[in-house]
Amino acid sequence: MIFEKVQEKIAEQLGIDTDDITMESSFIEDLGADSLDIVELLMALEEEFDIEIPDEEAEKLVTVGDVVDYIKNNQ
Amino acid sequence: MQLKGKTAIITGASRGIGRAIALSFAKAGANVAINYSSSHIAAQEVVNEAIKYGVKAEVIKADVSDYLEVENLIERVLNEYGSIDILVNNAGITKDNLLLRMTEEDFDKVMNINMKGTFNFTKAVSKVMVKQRKGKIINIASVVGIIGNAGQSNYAAAKAGIIGFTKSVAKELGSRGINVNAIAPGFIETDMTAVLSDKIREQFTNTIPLKRPGKPEDVANAALFLASDYSDYITGQVLNIDGGMVM
Ligand SMILES: NC(=O)c1ccc[n+]([C@@H]2O[C@H](COP(=O)([O-])OP(=O)(O)OC[C@H]3O[C@@H](n4cnc5c(N)ncnc54)[C@H](OP(=O)(O)O)[C@@H]3O)[C@@H](O)[C@H]2O)c1
Repeated sequence: MIFEKVQEKIAEQLGIDTDDITMESSFIEDLGADSLDIVELLMALEEEFDIEIPDEEAEKLVTVGDVVDYIKNNQ
Repeated sequence: MQLKGKTAIITGASRGIGRAIALSFAKAGANVAINYSSSHIAAQEVVNEAIKYGVKAEVIKADVSDYLEVENLIERVLNEYGSIDILVNNAGITKDNLLLRMTEEDFDKVMNINMKGTFNFTKAVSKVMVKQRKGKIINIASVVGIIGNAGQSNYAAAKAGIIGFTKSVAKELGSRGINVNAIAPGFIETDMTAVLSDKIREQFTNTIPLKRPGKPEDVANAALFLASDYSDYITGQVLNIDGGMVM
């Protein structure tokens, strides 16, 4: 469930197909995101899941899986 | 009506240049949020003038150097108008003195209102504009930030800071359809310059190729251009409005 929602937000943010987004995809290397895309995406996810992602944690979120795990552990 | 239906926030719009910008935007069809920090009656008069153009206008008190107050203001304007299309960071003060006599307090005060105020508003509004994928931010710097001025090291530092800030944010937000530019006024007749002696005014005027001090409306015309679609391909620039004083 969380993965699907995250997938949807990423697709929306980056204008790509949900099918291209897997748990292993790296935002920058595989999905072509730039640093501002990531900030925007995390802001959208914070709103969606009603969580706070501190900057120190945000830096560690490299792949889609990292984000899904973070949300699972902090919801 | 270059700004029909747009919403603009102008900081320090109760008097001087900010007032002229707010009224020129209202005349061009924009709804205007008139920010001020202490001149309530003057701010209310600006609103009364603005609504004559058939737009919505309101006063919003906030100290630009206080991030929380700024964030609340942005939220209030967004809730009321649904978008924020234009931000003008105009609020500013001077506390002139020779460096040897300048107190730390006067340095901090000028930095906090001019420089940090611009940071506060730009940061808070950029969240909104990035989502909109559109916006115009106009920062009022000064020619003093480019050429320096004896007796204004605090003010010149803040204004030079605003120019560097403008260029950096223009680079960060360009891909999101947001234009960020600065205006550097020269010698403009407002309360800020009314304190200067006739002799100094004359000296200034002599150094201006167009041989007159500027009017707040001269600056407002440039702000209107930078707020309108006519400047869609311009970002990260500093436009001097100074009668040719600096070139
Ligand atoms: N006049 C010039 O020759 C000249 C030249 C170059 C650049 N500039 C710049 O142009 C801008 C406007 O200057 P001006 O000549 O119009 O000055 P002004 O007539 O003294 O007006 C300053 C405005 O800023 C507001 N303000 C001051 N502190 C504030 C705060 N903490 N929070 C919110 N608003 C605040 C004032 O509102 P309240 O009265 O309500 O506090 C007032 O509306 C400034 O950034 C100035 O540095 C002016």
